[in-house]
Amino acid sequence: MADKPRIKLPKEAAKGEVIQIKTLVSHVMESGQRKDAQGKPIPRKIINRFACEFNGKSVFACALEPAISANPYIQFDAKVEEAGTFKFSWTDDDGSVITAEEKIALKA
Amino acid sequence: MKAINRRQAFALGGGFVMLTLMPMAADAEVSNDAAKWIEKFTGGKPPVKGKIALDLPEIAENGNTVPLSLTVESPMTTESYVKEVMILADGNPNAGVATLMFTPLSGKAEASIRIRLAATQNVVAIAKMSDGALFTEQKTVKVTIGGCGG
Repeated sequence: MADKPRIKLPKEAAKGEVIQIKTLVSHVMESGQRKDAQGKPIPRKIINRFACEFNGKSVFACALEPAISANPYIQFDAKVEEAGTFKFSWTDDDGSVITAEEKIALKA
Repeated sequence: MKAINRRQAFALGGGFVMLTLMPMAADAEVSNDAAKWIEKFTGGKPPVKGKIALDLPEIAENGNTVPLSLTVESPMTTESYVKEVMILADGNPNAGVATLMFTPLSGKAEASIRIRLAATQNVVAIAKMSDGALFTEQKTVKVTIGGCGG
């Protein structure tokens, strides 16, 4: 599960441009509905929250339920007014957080 | 007392099976907790149909990963933007799918995710605007798990 999340966004954007960001993180997203070979329920273990911040301000967040597919893919948009850093975080049911950062520059 | 013969035994057995299955079947008929989710999200205010473009396949061959895209009509300025969009699946064991939280920095109220659908059912989206207005849209997705297309 230590795979690095995959994030796709442009390296630079014009001021005020709305860019598209695609993210994918490796995770089983165990729903808690399935049973193992012995018929015992497999405990739920999912990413329950995704958040994206730009220079400390919230851009987009998402509360996730077990009905999200394994290896959650999330695509959304962001308006870029200044150069800076996007911070991404995926929060697991067990409290651990996967984080990633991406920088973006303004087009000259 | 006459001992029951084989046929009667079967009939009895069948009766028991019917009796024990009936309540379960009835439970399955009742939809999941979708109404509760909607109540919590809207605070009892009925949402208006419109403003949301919900894009889902009509037939999903694999219910484990169904692509979902949605766009909500909004200028997305600090004065007027889409705050939250709740997505529900009324035929899943749990109705909740995701709640998307937008900000004016999102630029567009647009997102794509991949969801799990247990069976053929309706997917419902409810959007909450910054001024409290509520909009809804829903779409039926036919799910053929393990099938070779319908």
